[in-house]
Amino acid sequence: MTALLIVIGLIALLVIFGIVLYNGLVRRRNTVENAWSQIDVQLKRRIDLIPNLVETVKGYATHEKETLDAVIKARNSAMAAPANPAAQAQADNMLTGALRQLFALSEAYPDLKANQNFLALQEELTATEGRVAYARQFYNDSVLAYNNSLQTFPTLIFAKMMSFTRREFFEAEPAAREVPKVQF
Amino acid sequence: MFDLIRSNKRRSVALIASFVVLLCAVGAAVGVLVGYGIAGTLFALVFSGATAAVSYWKADAIALRLSRAVPADPEEYRRLHNLVEGLCIASGLPKPGVYIVNDPSPNAFATGRDPKHAAIAVTTGLLEKMNRVELEGVLAHELSHIRNYDILVSTLAVTLVGTIALLTDMAIRMLWWGGARSRRSDDNNSSGPLAIVGIVLIIFAPLIAKAMQAAVSRRRETLADISACQMTRYPPGLISALEKLRDDSTEVRSASTATAHMWIEQPMSGMKGEGKPSRFHRMFDTHPPLEERIELLREL
Repeated sequence: MTALLIVIGLIALLVIFGIVLYNGLVRRRNTVENAWSQIDVQLKRRIDLIPNLVETVKGYATHEKETLDAVIKARNSAMAAPANPAAQAQADNMLTGALRQLFALSEAYPDLKANQNFLALQEELTATEGRVAYARQFYNDSVLAYNNSLQTFPTLIFAKMMSFTRREFFEAEPAAREVPKVQF
Repeated sequence: MFDLIRSNKRRSVALIASFVVLLCAVGAAVGVLVGYGIAGTLFALVFSGATAAVSYWKADAIALRLSRAVPADPEEYRRLHNLVEGLCIASGLPKPGVYIVNDPSPNAFATGRDPKHAAIAVTTGLLEKMNRVELEGVLAHELSHIRNYDILVSTLAVTLVGTIALLTDMAIRMLWWGGARSRRSDDNNSSGPLAIVGIVLIIFAPLIAKAMQAAVSRRRETLADISACQMTRYPPGLISALEKLRDDSTEVRSASTATAHMWIEQPMSGMKGEGKPSRFHRMFDTHPPLEERIELLREL
């Protein structure tokens, strides 16, 4: 009789253990998904800030048409870029380069540089670039935690049974590794 | 970096465990000398625990009121809010309340019982003196305190210190007034070497406990430094900030010994102008010396 109780107890423990492990895996996988969509949120935020910036600069630096046009063009191609990472990285790079050009411009126009609106936008864009970078970092950290739990011992068994698959890290595309050019 | 974090956490656990051992030793000593060892320890633990629980629960409100912190206006302190938001994305933490303390000395603290009820405060002096990456490093350090539940850890430490202090206090009083009782009963080992050890322990335990609490605090500060670098992936930011703090010599006016442990840098040190303080003094520092912290981060 007691032997039966012990066996039932052990099975119950195993089941509970299994539930705990499964829940952990689910939570980690969801964190990875959330982190991935976070990156897009921040990228979109950056794109949305640009029209404002262009308008502000236009008021002070009307004859810098080239630079302004480059920014607008880069923004449009970033919005229209196809979903694959390589094209997006390229569009991203062009946008960063055009923006840097624009901010370098402001050095020649002290009125623009002192304009509160411009300063606020500059701060916002710098902060948003930081946020994009942090979002990517958080995504990679979440993938690390998820992959770790997939591949370490007890959870390893469940992972295969319940079709949890390994995720890829976010890596900078070769295009993104080039430093954007700023010309004076 | 991850190894350092793990080893720091292990050392914190070891410190808290030795705290508990000290408490048991004191409880046993009290039991041997005065009687009511177990009951006394339990009473002291419950009382201390209750007061600590209240302060833990309301940690954020208490700390902010004590330092006269005001909420930071999002428009006026745009950069501060942006940096905090960026770091919250990097760490997956919810955004804490952001506060300002009007004080020329550069310093910052974090408080709150868990990441959902947390707050960070910086002094106006810090905002003036630090550039963007340095400010980010300091904020990452404070956020790491929140992420590592350091308020909980230091509340644990404070509870244990309080328990030991209460217990030894009661024991000394009972020994003083009712010492005759223990001398009369024959089945207590209340004479000889054990009694002397017990008395010595009771007298010095509060001091030892305080030193242990300071050790726990130092360990968590180091952990926060390393966690901050892991969050920003940019050690030079925090290193530069710590170097600026080291070279700055204004003191925080709105701090006191009660709140000293929360700030990023020791608000009142006995160090300025006197050269190195005595080794004994250093045992009770809540923060490791700035030089040491800078050296450790450089190795990362």
